[in-house]
Amino acid sequence: MTIICYAGCAVALISALMVITQKNAMHALLYLILMLLALGLVFFTLGAPFAAVLQVAIYAGAIMVLFVFVVMMLNLGPATERQERRWLGARIWSVPALLTAVLLALSIYAITSASEARVTAGVVTPKEVGLSLYREYVIAVELASLILLAGLVGAFHLAPARRELDLSRSAPGTASTAVETTQGE
Amino acid sequence: MSEVSTISTPAVIGISLALFLIGLLGVMVRRDLLFVLMSLEIMLNAAGLAFIAAAAKWRQPDGQVMVLLILVAAAAEVGVGLSLVLRLYHQFDTVDGDEISLMRG
Amino acid sequence: MQLLWLVPALPLLGALVLALMGGIMGRRAGAVIGCASVGLSCLVSVAVAGRFVTTHVSVFHQILFPWVTVGSLQVPMGLWLDQLSLVMMVVITLVSFLIHLYSVEFMGGEADYSLFFCYMNLFVGSMLILVLGDSLLSLYLGWEGVGLCSYLLIGFWHRDRNNGIAAQKAFIVTRVGDTALAIGLFLLFWKTGTLDIRQVMQVVAAPEMRAVAFAAGLLLLGGAVGKSAQIPLHTWLPDAMAGPTPVSALIHAATMVTAGVYLIARTNAVYRAAPTAMLLVAIVGAATALYGALCALPQRDIKRVLAYSTISQVGYMVLALGVGAWSAAIFHFVTHAFFKALLFLSAGIAVQALGEERDVYRMGGLFRRLPWAGWTFLIGAASLSALPLVTAGFYSKDRIIWAGWFSDQGSAVFGAAALLASFLTAVYIFRVFFLVFLGHPHHEIERLPGRPMKLAVAVLSFFAITAGFVGMPQILGGFSPLLDFLSRAVGASTPISSRGEAGFLVLSAIETLTAIWFAYALFVRVPAWVVGLAKAPGYEMVRQFALTGMGFDSLYDRVVVRPYVAAARLGRGDFVDVFYNILAFFVWMSNRALSATESGRVRNYATGLLLGAVLVTVLLLLR
Repeated sequence: MTIICYAGCAVALISALMVITQKNAMHALLYLILMLLALGLVFFTLGAPFAAVLQVAIYAGAIMVLFVFVVMMLNLGPATERQERRWLGARIWSVPALLTAVLLALSIYAITSASEARVTAGVVTPKEVGLSLYREYVIAVELASLILLAGLVGAFHLAPARRELDLSRSAPGTASTAVETTQGE
Repeated sequence: MSEVSTISTPAVIGISLALFLIGLLGVMVRRDLLFVLMSLEIMLNAAGLAFIAAAAKWRQPDGQVMVLLILVAAAAEVGVGLSLVLRLYHQFDTVDGDEISLMRG
Repeated sequence: MQLLWLVPALPLLGALVLALMGGIMGRRAGAVIGCASVGLSCLVSVAVAGRFVTTHVSVFHQILFPWVTVGSLQVPMGLWLDQLSLVMMVVITLVSFLIHLYSVEFMGGEADYSLFFCYMNLFVGSMLILVLGDSLLSLYLGWEGVGLCSYLLIGFWHRDRNNGIAAQKAFIVTRVGDTALAIGLFLLFWKTGTLDIRQVMQVVAAPEMRAVAFAAGLLLLGGAVGKSAQIPLHTWLPDAMAGPTPVSALIHAATMVTAGVYLIARTNAVYRAAPTAMLLVAIVGAATALYGALCALPQRDIKRVLAYSTISQVGYMVLALGVGAWSAAIFHFVTHAFFKALLFLSAGIAVQALGEERDVYRMGGLFRRLPWAGWTFLIGAASLSALPLVTAGFYSKDRIIWAGWFSDQGSAVFGAAALLASFLTAVYIFRVFFLVFLGHPHHEIERLPGRPMKLAVAVLSFFAITAGFVGMPQILGGFSPLLDFLSRAVGASTPISSRGEAGFLVLSAIETLTAIWFAYALFVRVPAWVVGLAKAPGYEMVRQFALTGMGFDSLYDRVVVRPYVAAARLGRGDFVDVFYNILAFFVWMSNRALSATESGRVRNYATGLLLGAVLVTVLLLLR
């Protein structure tokens, strides 16, 4: 189990690195999905199956799909890829990478100088999580639903209007398929 | 499932920290707004990993609850964020974060 | 009489109100406040004067508040009313009020209307502090105040750069005099231990203070020379005519230029103790009187004629002081204030009527078309020329010439110079009168004077005629209450034998009338020999010489200005400047650097955050 955990962590780290260094948005997204799945595995090995399933189903399954749709809609072609290549020279990486490395070193030092702790007991079942949600964290659940509502309204409001997206060309086609599907049911 | 005791918590937290910093690096370096959003996702997930590691040590459900809430927040953020990106693209014809610097000075 | 403090306080209050609220008050309110403050001050001063005279007090001292207390120096702000300051106060407030009234209409089209009245009020307040102050320090305060207001008002039309240059010239030249005055005050304080005028005068009169009196006399003369535009610090006054006409009338004719005269009259104990200094005063006065008259003759700008005329007339007052005729000098100040202000204001009517035309050769035939300007200018010119018996100038000016010639401290040189200057005075002023008001018209009348302007010049004309009747010579009855009144403050004048006074008066009357006829013959009839003379070689050179004020400006330019400017240019890159330049450069660099951080880019801000996080973590770990 330990090996699986660390292997999953390694995969996550590597794919995260790949995400930030890719030139093509689709490729980066795919690496991101891989990272999410790896993290799901790590969650599972750390005794959190519920979180693992959530990660896979919702994060990788819904949120990333949304991302993929938007990237495809933006239709950024090879020109964008070349532009990205130009933007990501070594000079751009240098200062942030240096700062990040410094911070990482400092933090590792801080963590390892703390006491060595081990993971103690076993799995935390979904039942326990559910009970906890509806006992101590019920307010959080309500607030979460409010956040989702806010996100929904915001996304609805901010999205460009239909005509601006130039979807009118395909309008007759979609209308007819919609009619067909309703008739089909 | 009984040998979870050999995973060292500080190591996992260190890994989550590394993941977080990778995400931060991506935010700092990439100009394309979509990549910035992706890097933000990495950072959120890193935070979630830290919570799970801590929850595993103390064997409590709180960590997973936090991950759920992080998930919710990430979903809302992605929804709104992507709409904003679409709007910006529509208005400025670019997703370059550096171009959209009207608040300069 | 306790209300004496209102006299300077009202105009100062008016100035304050106009300064703070002038912008939002509107033109009418600004004019009302400006005139009312001075008018009320005038009423109070007349009331105080009436009380002073009827209750037969000799002095009135009112201490207002403790002002300066430094070490052994204790100077309260106080007002000292004796005969001298009383006369000055009444004349100043009266003439100022009339000029303010005139300005209500004259400056009517100005954008900075309220600002004008603010400056004028400030000036009147400062002048009153100057004459009413009980200590040399408050005199100096008023001195500086009027200098400042002169600068502000000369450069009133600040959009034209030349006006600003003229204002600077006035300020800098009088500054030289002010420095001499300041050193004189330091000397007096050092040697007498006080700045209260009465006490200083008492100490200085002692015989062992001869040297101090001499030095102080010279230094105070230096200050007077600057402010009163006497040789050699007179060059600013002709250029000061760049300011509006009411300014020229008030400051550069009736009041500020007489501040030097007041100073010497007030400190007469110093001069009584140092006869050599007094002789120098007389020399300066006589020379300036003649110089002013000579230079006024060829001028084309009507205001420059009046400026040189002022230089000359103040020279008369200084001459009188120099030969010990203290009361006569103040008497001439009173009459001069009236007729010179009258001349300026009526000239202003003419100039404004012709659309700001100031060249006398291009103004003509105004007598019929502008009767108000014509008659009032005539009265003023007559008074200036000392037309016998009917004008105020006759009594005051002839008393001075008489004293200059025949007093125990006078001499024939002074008398002759003064008489010659008087002849030239009549010539130049009637030249202007004939050229401007008679002859062919060159311009159309653009605007006629309204009631405020007419009222102001009418009242001044009245005084220009009647003010002399309080100083009649012995022969004509000796009714001279003003002179007796004044002599109680300034002390007895040096005795003059009154033999032959009648003959002298007849002589001077003949001289004035001859001069007027001469001017008429020269400038109206223009006989052939004059035309021939004008073509003579050397004539043009002489004329140019007089026109430019006998070359004083170019002399100063070569001797003072150019070396100074060269020295300043040399010192431009010296080490003190380098230090300040480095400071400025440093500030500029930091601005550039800090501006660069405000790029508006989110990436850069995130980097900044990370940098901060690193720093904080390092600090935490090091603890």
